[in-house]
Amino acid sequence: MPLPKRRHSHTRGRKRRTHWKLTAPNVMECAHCHQPKLPHHICPHCGYYKGIQITTPKEA
Amino acid sequence: MRHQRKVKKLSRTSSHRQAMLNNMVTSLFASRMIKTTESKAKELRRIADRLVRTAKKDTLAARRLVARSVKDRAVLKKLFTEIAPQFKSKPSGFTRVVKMGYRRGDSAMMAVVELLTEKPKIEKDAGKKKGSKKKEKEVAAAEGKSKKEKSASAE
Repeated sequence: MPLPKRRHSHTRGRKRRTHWKLTAPNVMECAHCHQPKLPHHICPHCGYYKGIQITTPKEA
Repeated sequence: MRHQRKVKKLSRTSSHRQAMLNNMVTSLFASRMIKTTESKAKELRRIADRLVRTAKKDTLAARRLVARSVKDRAVLKKLFTEIAPQFKSKPSGFTRVVKMGYRRGDSAMMAVVELLTEKPKIEKDAGKKKGSKKKEKEVAAAEGKSKKEKSASAE
C-alpha cells in the first residue's frame, strides 16, 4: 500500500490552498423594483424579468 | 455518426428520463408554466417545442404522435384546440426558460418554463403598472396577493 514518505507540513497544504478563492456573485439592480438581483434571473423581490412579470414572489 | 447530437441524461436511465420528460411536458401544457431545475427546463424545452410543432398539423396522425408523450387525454385535447392554434404564425420558439435562483436544499439552479401563449392576466397587469410608476410597489404587492390566490385555486 502506498504511504507518504515524509511529513506534510501545515504550511505546505496551506500554500497549495492559496489558489482556492471565492468570487463574489455579480449582483445588479432590478430595473423594476431596484432591489439587488442576479443578472439573467427573475428578480426574487418583484418577480419581473425584462419588463414582464413572470412569477409572483411570496409575501414575507 | 452521431456527432453533436447531445442530450442531457439528467442522471436517469433512458426510460426513466423519457417518462419524466413526458410527465413534465404534460404538466407544462396543463398549467402553461412550470418551475423546475435549469437542466430539466432546458431539456423540456426541446420536447415541448417539438410536440407543439407536431400539434400544429392538427391531423389524426399528429395527434397519435403527440399522444405517445402526452398521456392525459384532457391535456392532449387542450394542446390541439387551445395551445397549438395560438402558435399558428410562429415557426418555433413556443417556450421560454428563465432562471430564478438557487434551490435551498441542494443549491440547484431553478428555472421557470412557460408556454408563450397569451395570458390575459399577466398582460393586463403589465399595462397597469406602466401607467403609475409611483404606486408600482403597492400595486405589485396587492396584485401579488390576489394572483397567488388565483393560482392556488387554479391548481
